[in-house]
Amino acid sequence: LVARLPEPTFRLPREKPPPRPRPPTRWEQFARLKGIRRRKRTSLVWDEQAKEWRRRWGYKRAGGDPARAWLAEVPAGADPEEDQFARLRREKRERVARNELNRLRNLARAHRAGAAGPAAPLHPTGHQSREELGHVARVARVSTASLGRFQPRLPKEPAEPPSRNGGRKRRFEPLLGNLAAERSRQLELLRDMGSKKPVLDITRAVNKQLRQEEAEAAAAKGKKQSQRGKRGRRQQRVGRSGKKSGARRQQQRPAGSGTGGR
Amino acid sequence: MRPLTEVETRAVFGKLGRYIGENIQLLVDRPDGTYCFRLHRDRVYYLSEKLLKVAASVPRDSLLSVGTCFGKFTKTQKFRLSITALDFLAPYAKFKVWVKPGSEQSFLYGNHVLKSGLGRITENTAQYQGVVVYSMADVPLGFGVAAKSTQECRKVDPMAIVVFHQADVGEYVRSEDRLS
Repeated sequence: LVARLPEPTFRLPREKPPPRPRPPTRWEQFARLKGIRRRKRTSLVWDEQAKEWRRRWGYKRAGGDPARAWLAEVPAGADPEEDQFARLRREKRERVARNELNRLRNLARAHRAGAAGPAAPLHPTGHQSREELGHVARVARVSTASLGRFQPRLPKEPAEPPSRNGGRKRRFEPLLGNLAAERSRQLELLRDMGSKKPVLDITRAVNKQLRQEEAEAAAAKGKKQSQRGKRGRRQQRVGRSGKKSGARRQQQRPAGSGTGGR
Repeated sequence: MRPLTEVETRAVFGKLGRYIGENIQLLVDRPDGTYCFRLHRDRVYYLSEKLLKVAASVPRDSLLSVGTCFGKFTKTQKFRLSITALDFLAPYAKFKVWVKPGSEQSFLYGNHVLKSGLGRITENTAQYQGVVVYSMADVPLGFGVAAKSTQECRKVDPMAIVVFHQADVGEYVRSEDRLS
């Protein structure tokens, strides 16, 4: 009793991901609309002149070699002086160019459609984040006949001025705008910046330590009485309560009080 | 020419504040007229409202400079103070350094200030604090950054750098073409 098993088939996994469906081209859309179906064309055509089957296009095509066409009739209503051969060549070039343009356009459309990605749904699902909901609310606001200009706002909704460029281009304040307002804004900014100045605790502590060390060293070495007196006075002047904020301290101190090598 | 944005204003005021502290208010809010900052081709200019109105009628490509140039924004949007701001910052400077006559010339050539050339320094200067450099005759020479705090200045050896050079009035001659 022998069981014949089928031949083993080995299916390799895909190396690259499968191609994603591309959007239909303009012709494909039109054809679907009109119900036009593809008809397979025969590759050979009966050439009456040569009495045989010739290709539809290419080498030894039916209808003769277009490069050897020795006659180009002037159509009724055309200018008799016009060069018909030149016209034929120009029209062929234009046809080819138009075809190429449309091909590239379709390609670009497909590429753009793929890059955008699946759009977030505008109807409420249960799983939308805060940003998504904000975006959807903004879209809903703008989807009116006056593009959201007269829509009432909720109590806490911030009033956004409509950005004409959709958030693409930077807009600056006008050059000669309200100068008083600009000045008050700058003063406000200065206040904000000033209040957050960090207190230089560590530096002051280090300096204080250095001063103390200096004083001890001077006293220990027994320097001249006048110098010690001077240094002592300097220390008394300088050694105030150490942890005040730098801004307040600098305000009280007159600028330019010097110490040093003199 | 356009006004500064919020970010740019912060950068400019932060830099100016390193040298003059909260006295920037005196620059922004002046009793003798409305003065403002404007940006033109990456340079920040300080000018009066009267001058601004006149300059507004000059086409952008033709406008070279307006008012006083305080500095410029580099390609990476950092603000760099220039020497042309000295006249406005020197009177309001918080921390000053006086340089001895011997090493004045050295500073004006663009070198740092050594301890041997240091005349006086404001008490309580922190390290890396922005300072204005003066000659002994109280003539402002330029800007610098204190390399050592006042306390440390007393203890270092004479060849140590005490003030890093940032800008000096010698640049009016040296980099005449690069100044705005």
